[in-house]
Amino acid sequence: MVDAIVTNRLTKFFGSQCAVNNLDLRVPVGSVYGFLGRNGAGKSTTIRMLLGMTRPNYGHAELLGHDIGELPPEVRGRIAFLAEGHPLVTWMTVAEAIAFHKAFHPAHWNQNLLDRILEHFELPSGKKIRRLSFGQRAQMALALAVAPDPDLVILDDPTAGLDTVARREFLLSLIQLIQRNGRTIFFSSHIMSDVQRVADRVGILVDGVLRVDCPTADFMDSVRKVVLDFSGQPPPFPGCEGLVSAREVGRRMELVIVNFGDLQREVIESLAPVAWNVLAMNLEDACIEYTRGPKGLFPVGGDELSHAGRAAHD
Amino acid sequence: MEFRIDATGREPIFRQIVQQVREGVARGLLVPHEQLPSSRELARTLVINPNTVVHAYSELERHGILYSRAGLGVFVAEPKAELTKSARRRRVLEILDRFLTEAVHQGFSEEEVLRLVSERSGHFQWSSASPGA
Repeated sequence: MVDAIVTNRLTKFFGSQCAVNNLDLRVPVGSVYGFLGRNGAGKSTTIRMLLGMTRPNYGHAELLGHDIGELPPEVRGRIAFLAEGHPLVTWMTVAEAIAFHKAFHPAHWNQNLLDRILEHFELPSGKKIRRLSFGQRAQMALALAVAPDPDLVILDDPTAGLDTVARREFLLSLIQLIQRNGRTIFFSSHIMSDVQRVADRVGILVDGVLRVDCPTADFMDSVRKVVLDFSGQPPPFPGCEGLVSAREVGRRMELVIVNFGDLQREVIESLAPVAWNVLAMNLEDACIEYTRGPKGLFPVGGDELSHAGRAAHD
Repeated sequence: MEFRIDATGREPIFRQIVQQVREGVARGLLVPHEQLPSSRELARTLVINPNTVVHAYSELERHGILYSRAGLGVFVAEPKAELTKSARRRRVLEILDRFLTEAVHQGFSEEEVLRLVSERSGHFQWSSASPGA
C-alpha cells in the first residue's frame, strides 16, 4: 500500500516552544483521515509544513511520494488545500471565481464534477461571493478545490463555524462527490461526530506528539471506561498497564484504560469491588479522556495496529 | 428496512450496521436473497464513509449472513448455523444471564420478565431447529 502522506520525525519549534514533535504520520492512499487534537496541539502547524508554508526544523515529509521540499509543479497540481475559514476573493461572482481558478489548472479541470457540485449546492453563478452565506462559501471553496481533480485533498477544520445543516451537507458532498477511488482526504477537525461519521482513520495529536494513529473503529475499541463500585471509600488504585486516568467519585472509581485485557482484569479483581463494569466510549469521550490523560504513555496504533487495520480494509 | 446510525454512539459505525443487519434478519425484516442497498447508496443515506459500509458488509459476508454477486450487489444469505450446537447454546446462555442480571437489578419480578420475553419474541422469525436443546 502506498501512502499519500508520509512524515518522518517532522519537528517544528517556535522559539523554545516545540509545536510539532518528531511526527511520524502515515496516511494511506484512498483513506479519509481525521486529524484531531486540542487547540494548539500542532494540527495547523503540521498542515502548514506539509504545504510548504512553514519550514520544519527537523525531519522530512512526502506528499504523493515526493519530498515536500522539491514538489514538481505537476505533483503540486494534484494536491488541493482548503484553508480554515474558506478565504476567497469576495468581490468576484461565483462564475468569475471559477474562471479565475480554472486559469491556474489548464491541464486538469473537471468541469463535469464542478457542475455537479454547483448544482448540488445550488450555488448561483451570478452572485458575488461576499453575498454568499458562510455555508455557501465553504461549499464554493470545496468546489474550487476539487475541480482540478486532485489526488490529495487537505482540509484545515473545514466544518468549523458551519451550522448543523450546512455541516451535514458539507460532509455529504465530501464523501459523495469528493471521495473517489485513490483520492485521499486529510482533514483536521474538532467536531467528533463528523469524524466518527466520515473518517476511516484517525490521528490524535497531544502537545505536538502523535498519540494515536489507527482505524477509527480500532481506536474506539481500544479505549474503555471501567467503573468499579465499592461498599466504602475506594482503595488507592495501584496502577496497571494502559491506564490513562483514574478518578474517584464517592464510592465509585472510574478508570480509563487502553487495550483492556486479562492483565487489567486481574488488577481490578484484586481490589475486590462490589461490582465492576467495562464500558465502551464514543469517539468524543474517548478522545477527551485520551488527550487529557497523562502524557507520554500508551500510544494507540503504531505499526502493529495500523497494519492489522489496513489488512482489514483491503 | 431502514438503517439508522448514531454518530455519537459508543459502537463504531461499521458495527452499528452489522448489528442492524443481523437484527433485521432475525426479525424477518430482511429475507434470504433480498438485495441490500449498495455501499454508496447506504453511505449517502446515512452520511457516512462508503468504506465503512464496505467494511460492515464484508464482515457480514465473512459470517455467512450476506453474500455478494459480482456486478449485482449484496444479498441476504440463507440462514445457516455458524457454530456447533454446544457453542451456540453457550453463547445464548451467556447473553441470557447478562440480561437476567440486568432485569434483577432493575427490580423486575420473574413473572414480568417471562411475560416480556414472550411478548417480544413474537416480533422475531424463529427457525424450527432447536440447537443445543
